[in-house]
Amino acid sequence: MSDSDHTHETAPVTRFKAPTRLDYTVTAAAVTADFLRHILEQRLVGRRCPVCAKVYLPPRGVCPTCAVRCHEQVEAGHAGTIDTFSVVRIPFEGQVLEPPYVCARILIDGTDAPLLHIVGEIAPEEVTLGMRVEAVWDDRPLPTLARVRYFRPEGGTP
Amino acid sequence: MRRVHVQGVGRLPPAVRNVPSYATGPAWDEPQWSVAGPDGPELLTPAALDEAEMVQAVTAAALADAGLSRDDVGFICSGSNDYHQGRPFSFVMALDGVGCWPPKRESHVEMDGAFALYEAWVRLQHGDVDVALVYAYGRSSLGPTDEVLSLQLDPYFLAPLGPPPIALAGLQAQALVDAGLATEADFAAVVARAWRAAADDLYTSVSAELVEDRMLLHPAVASPLRAHDQASFADGAAAVVLVAEGAGPAIEGIAHCIDPMDFGTRDLTTSRSARLAHAAAGGGIPEVAELHLRFSPEALILRDALGLEEALVDPTGGTLPSDVPMVSGLTRVIAATEHVRGGAGRALAHCTAGPCLQQNLVTLLVAP
Amino acid sequence: MIPTAVIGIGQTRHAAKRPDVSMPGLVREAALRALEDAGLTFADIDAVVLGKAPDMFEGVVQPELFLAEALGAVGKPMFRVHTAGSVGGSTAVVAAHHVSSGVHKRVLTVAYEKQSESNAMWALSQPFPFLPPVSAGAGGYFAPVIRAYIDRAKAPDHIGWQVAVKDRQHGALNPCAHLQLPDITLEQVKASPLLWDPIRYLETCPSSDGAVAMVLSSDASTCRNPAWVLGTSVRSEPLLFAGRDEVNPRAGQLCGADCYAEAGVTPDQLDCAELYVPFSWYEPMWLENLGLFESGWRAVDAGHTKLGGRLPINPSGGVMCSNPIGASGMLRFAEAARQVRGTADAHQVDGARLAMGHAYGGGSQFFAAWIVGSTRP
Repeated sequence: MSDSDHTHETAPVTRFKAPTRLDYTVTAAAVTADFLRHILEQRLVGRRCPVCAKVYLPPRGVCPTCAVRCHEQVEAGHAGTIDTFSVVRIPFEGQVLEPPYVCARILIDGTDAPLLHIVGEIAPEEVTLGMRVEAVWDDRPLPTLARVRYFRPEGGTP
Repeated sequence: MRRVHVQGVGRLPPAVRNVPSYATGPAWDEPQWSVAGPDGPELLTPAALDEAEMVQAVTAAALADAGLSRDDVGFICSGSNDYHQGRPFSFVMALDGVGCWPPKRESHVEMDGAFALYEAWVRLQHGDVDVALVYAYGRSSLGPTDEVLSLQLDPYFLAPLGPPPIALAGLQAQALVDAGLATEADFAAVVARAWRAAADDLYTSVSAELVEDRMLLHPAVASPLRAHDQASFADGAAAVVLVAEGAGPAIEGIAHCIDPMDFGTRDLTTSRSARLAHAAAGGGIPEVAELHLRFSPEALILRDALGLEEALVDPTGGTLPSDVPMVSGLTRVIAATEHVRGGAGRALAHCTAGPCLQQNLVTLLVAP
Repeated sequence: MIPTAVIGIGQTRHAAKRPDVSMPGLVREAALRALEDAGLTFADIDAVVLGKAPDMFEGVVQPELFLAEALGAVGKPMFRVHTAGSVGGSTAVVAAHHVSSGVHKRVLTVAYEKQSESNAMWALSQPFPFLPPVSAGAGGYFAPVIRAYIDRAKAPDHIGWQVAVKDRQHGALNPCAHLQLPDITLEQVKASPLLWDPIRYLETCPSSDGAVAMVLSSDASTCRNPAWVLGTSVRSEPLLFAGRDEVNPRAGQLCGADCYAEAGVTPDQLDCAELYVPFSWYEPMWLENLGLFESGWRAVDAGHTKLGGRLPINPSGGVMCSNPIGASGMLRFAEAARQVRGTADAHQVDGARLAMGHAYGGGSQFFAAWIVGSTRP
């Protein structure tokens, strides 16, 4: 009871804190588990839809437009093109990265839909639409997309 | 009113991930789901599929059962609750499973899939579409289902106290006992019968023998209820195709109703909302009923409220052995559909939400 | 289908915090005003349709259950819709269909949000295992889409500032609007900090507490100025797929087209529209998406979307002035209905007879809209 106080018994309680905690065990389905295994090996492996032939990275268990399961695995490149981006300058609770940082949709070579990731090693105002970027791998064996620490301008910082 | 038919059904049967401690009998294998793959059916564990794959499996099966394709569908409606998966906007990713492209007329309820079916039925009455696809999915195994359900309670007065669902159901059970309407042995009999029936049901992954006279030796969890009086949570998904003109079992009536949440303002020995929903659905007396039970005493309350004295109740075992939050109500409609397909003249499907049978939906299905 | 009309509308004063009411108190405030406007009581209502999303904002699971009493739903059907940000609009459509289908005669529909009892940025940016921690709330999601629009349309920067000023000038005429910034200038917007480049602070919507309610009925005999529901649509597409155009989503185009077709009108016949614009740039984007103007930004630049212009957009001030998220979509629908009823007071568009209400949600993928008119179909 943050705003109520036993010394002010006559004051009405207008608000109180009721913290809630729910614990979940998140499981990676088989398609995601495959992807994470590959990313540990510093490989980006997507999946192709058997109907429309589009390649998704991260892979999708089901093609979102054709509603069929995707089994064929496709090795994607480690570089791509910035489709669009924004510069996050606002701090907020639970934020992991220090603002400002560039959040971009990157079309990885050999895939057909953009991946959301960070662009680093470049001043935010230098980033442009259509810029070529490449993955910078994290040394730590993280089984997540954070295994790619960020993307940077292809060939290093200009 | 347009006559609406259940033209096709599909489901991933409830998969109980954690075998309840009171269950005896042969050890269970991890449940597996049969999913259509490029080279025929594949057997996969529930953990191997994501939500979109679950939805793909059941909607594809329902459309195949109906003899229709995605292009025939005029309206899609689904039911799910992100809290069960612990992932905000889980329902957005699940939409991938139905292939909502080109863009479809589509809606979502944070209610059981049976309520999504209700919305689809209303939409078919509106008259601009003739085929509706309804689906629901639930993954209780990922999260603390009891705690999620406790967050349904009034956030100012009740939720901070955190009573688990069985504590509230215990109030209802005790009210029945106090009124001389039921005994603990009656509750045990409901559970034993459900598990016996489930062992024979094609779509239930559970099998256990519960010996009725030994069940009462177990300690009470929330007196007078024991652990076995509560449904076992499971993962699953289900889909139904509704058509305005068709040959499948017809919806004779469908209606829902709600009671106050507050336990102090209603008679817990009965369910006014279930009775009103049944009456609004036409009040037909069914030959067979499939109930959505979270706790065994609810069977006794619903038997009275829904006029089931003569009916065969839960021949599939119902939801006590395996309850999939957000899906069980829609699965009841599927079970009732199969009873009508199998020759029953009228079947009732029930769905409930909220503590102590607060909200109830009744669907009456008849031969076409 | 049975002709359906809005015969009562009520909303709360929208504010950053409404500590004077609980959630039941908030929804009841809107519901009672709608009933009073309709000259009815809860006893006259056949069913209640509630819109709210997402639950995680206030930490109540399936809140329709505990709100049943506050909304007079006991002993009646209580239905709950959830389609992310479009929920208020989708809920109004579902409620209208409850009447047009002949299932019910009078339906109360309500939508709300009490953002002050939670942290929306936190709820929208939950880190998820396997994914990089890049999410940054709704602005972080939509800013790249806005950049793509600006690039594609070759729109000048000041368009976003103009909408930000225009909507606040409109909102100053609406006593229910949360933000009251009657003297806001382009220079102020331009000088406000960049939050998610290219979005500036004053180009974003606030976080509000608020609720809105409508009474829909097939019987408008007791109402001297019903708003008739002439066309409705809900359309969706997947979040992310190859070749998706998120700047001009096809689901949004079809949603508008469905409404025009069902209402039997063309976009140029509309007298005004209430569009879901949480960031100023979404006004020109939706103008194009809904076929209201060929070039959205040129229409803004020419002043066509101001009160007194060719097609006033968001005369109420819109989402840019009040954003109780779960209710924001229904507010658009209700404000459109107020216009054709002639009850929009100081932000009334003179002689409005046809108006559109619109909402979107998810990653610009869920769309809901309706067209209301002053003449019975």
